[in-house]
Amino acid sequence: MSQQNTDFRTPRARAAGLGSAKDGVHHWWNQRVTAIALIPLGILFVFPFVNALGQPHAEVIEIYQSPWNAIVAVLFLGVTALHLQQGLQVVIEDYVHSKPLLTAALLVNIGFCWVLGLVGVFAVLRIALAG
Amino acid sequence: MADVNRGKRPLSPFMIGPHYRPQITSVMSIANRITGVFMTLGAVMIVWWFAAAATGPESFARADGFLTHWFIVIFIWLPLLLSFWYHFVNGMRHLMWDTGYGMTLPDVYTSGYITLAATALLSLFTLVFALF
Repeated sequence: MSQQNTDFRTPRARAAGLGSAKDGVHHWWNQRVTAIALIPLGILFVFPFVNALGQPHAEVIEIYQSPWNAIVAVLFLGVTALHLQQGLQVVIEDYVHSKPLLTAALLVNIGFCWVLGLVGVFAVLRIALAG
Repeated sequence: MADVNRGKRPLSPFMIGPHYRPQITSVMSIANRITGVFMTLGAVMIVWWFAAAATGPESFARADGFLTHWFIVIFIWLPLLLSFWYHFVNGMRHLMWDTGYGMTLPDVYTSGYITLAATALLSLFTLVFALF
């Protein structure tokens, strides 16, 4: 391992940020935050939703014009989009080994989850605020 | 003695099945990931449903006609419901492990069986709630 060092940086500086996790526990912690938030939000969202699914349009609008149901749905869809992005990122990082493909997949994942979350939030707000 | 198979041995996830008896620990671990990835489809369906409802009665009728077709209900929504509660309960199991509790093998088996039972009960309860 006696390699000629032509770099003026210290070995410590060259290794910084290149570990397996790259950004410490930041991603891990954020995934716990969204997971914990989804415990109450999941319970509060799922019951009105399974009740509303299959109902006629007017009934669905009425259910989600209730401020309570609308706020729960907005929070649930928003936090779900974040948790989905975090979860899919870990799956992608585990199974995609080509660096260019990995970067592309991570970018697509971020874009997909943000669009999904924002469309969902916008739709619920439009129903709730339509009057 | 040199290991002649070094580098050619099957590695972790591909051990289960042909080389290694499936166990509740490994199967429930991969099931958490599978249900999570599968629920991406559920998220798309739910957002489509909300977006169609927000757009108007005609687009809602189109989305609703597809999303509440009996085939979709039985083969997509029902597995999504089971996935939701499984991922929900197993996620709380992971949060428990994160605090350091329940890490012994007997405890992992106990919490595993509790998770499976809770998934079945919560799914059944939600189904009854949705139908009545």
